[in-house]
Amino acid sequence: MEKIFQRCQSLVDVPTHYCPGCGHGIAHRLVAEVVDGLGIREKTIGVAPVGCAVVAYDYWNFDCSEAAHGRALAVATAIKRVHPQNIVFTYQGDGDLAAIGTNETIHAANRGENLSVVFINNAVYGMTGGQLAPTTLLGQKTSTSIEGREKKTHGYPLKISEILALLPGVCYVERVSLDSPAEALKAKRAIRLAFENQINNLGFSLVEILSACPTYWGLSPKESLDWIKNVMQKEFPLGRIK
Amino acid sequence: MKILLSGNEAIAQGAIQAGCSFYAGYPITPQNEIIAYMAKHMAISSAGQAARKQLPRVFIQAESELAAINMVYGASAAGARAMTSSSSPGISLMQEGISYIAGAQLPAVIVNIMRGGPGLGNIAPAQSDYFQAVRGGGHGDYRLIVLAPASVQEAYDFTQTAFDLADKYRIPVMILGDGILGQMMEPVQLSSRKIKSPAVKSWALNGCRGRKPNVVKSFFLREGDLEKANLKRQKNYEIIKQQQARFEGLFLADAKMVLVAYGTMARIAKSAISRLRGAGKKVGLIRPISLWPFPQQPFNLKNKQVKYLVLEMSYGQMLEDVRLAVDGRNPVEFLGRSGGGVPSEEQIINQVKKIL
Repeated sequence: MEKIFQRCQSLVDVPTHYCPGCGHGIAHRLVAEVVDGLGIREKTIGVAPVGCAVVAYDYWNFDCSEAAHGRALAVATAIKRVHPQNIVFTYQGDGDLAAIGTNETIHAANRGENLSVVFINNAVYGMTGGQLAPTTLLGQKTSTSIEGREKKTHGYPLKISEILALLPGVCYVERVSLDSPAEALKAKRAIRLAFENQINNLGFSLVEILSACPTYWGLSPKESLDWIKNVMQKEFPLGRIK
Repeated sequence: MKILLSGNEAIAQGAIQAGCSFYAGYPITPQNEIIAYMAKHMAISSAGQAARKQLPRVFIQAESELAAINMVYGASAAGARAMTSSSSPGISLMQEGISYIAGAQLPAVIVNIMRGGPGLGNIAPAQSDYFQAVRGGGHGDYRLIVLAPASVQEAYDFTQTAFDLADKYRIPVMILGDGILGQMMEPVQLSSRKIKSPAVKSWALNGCRGRKPNVVKSFFLREGDLEKANLKRQKNYEIIKQQQARFEGLFLADAKMVLVAYGTMARIAKSAISRLRGAGKKVGLIRPISLWPFPQQPFNLKNKQVKYLVLEMSYGQMLEDVRLAVDGRNPVEFLGRSGGGVPSEEQIINQVKKIL
């Protein structure tokens, strides 16, 4: 019988450590499918963040570097400048990209570094136990905003993608979601476009992915997908920003 | 050929001579001539690079010292000969990144042209970052090889050595100078060293064509893995201690008193010694060149009655390493100033006369 579907070559055949219902496994796979689809596995270099996805390099079957918390885009900038022919991307969470690493994010984008960024927004710090993230929604309860995020003391959810879209060095920003198979396919198309932009030397591309964290949202996996669709997307509307 | 260079320019020229293919930095006084020199000369050199099929030379003015050191991490992971430079407060900011570089076994060259501290301090020369340099500086059990030039020629030469040692041992190497060394100008004999093609680094990231993927990391979560990696690192440090302890000794055969000083302070010590010798005082000098590994051997002198006087532009940091090396066998005295103060020849001579 003809084999018409198989595991991506860009994924290692091992179980992931992610919680049930977590979006990281899906996002990893989408990246791997894009890399396979473009035939660039042997020239791709990924930069993994500090956060739940720190060991993404154990799951991807191409060259990877770890980066200190928040510094993925500084590391990626250097790798890409040293090897302009390689395809370099970062995979970062909201705390990494939009809190501790905001400076590196904005300046790499403003320099128009020819990089692709996969930005996982799950509105919470996962690895450290569910603390307030820059993207936590108003009213959302976390272990460091016990009564829910309050604008007076915590400020507002940070829309880093909209901020980055203002910079001339940025060629593409889109917000996608993993709350259904249809949305996941759209996410894959967006990631593919971000990689194609780099291949075509167009500059800085970023795909923000709304992704579930059932464990620290205190919801079941199914409820988490509904929460992305019905609550999170109101604050973070989907679609192409630039 | 000899040309006139400042210490900062000599460091930059030494780096280029050594095949530095990546520089990232952020401006801070008193080392700004390094970043400016690299901006000018890394770019000019790039034309010839392509013809020789070498890695491109890259210069980036980073948005902060945090970004600069992490760019060095990335460039080194990608196989480049990478360097950054800064001065005390900026080097403090880089400590996290240096720890990651050590953790991921990456070669890198880091230049610290020290200024007065703590805090913003001032821009006068100082040697008060010694502890930070030789004890690791950031979190975790790690070391840097630390080289302390005392002349502009040495600034040029040691920077080249630093790249070779970094690659040989896969370890960050620091050039530790001060504002006087950075700013003063002296003639420098340029080396005829050919810029080598970058060494093949089988662990570097350049795409996994024809091989298994490489991973550059310092994270070892599984029980026992980090300890194993750390023991391997410590073994490397033991080899470095045996192979790379460097010093200059002067008048040690008949010395009743030995001054111990490094960098600029050693220059002043030498002037004091020649005057003291002229007055019949048997004074010698131990000048540690590698501050880590710290040279132990010169402190086992034949004259068992010898006294040591440690001189620093700090309130006593290398002093502790000298005491460890002397191990209680001889008296160890100290003279130091900091915050812009530099012990003068007269102060040294008076102190020696008091003790001898």
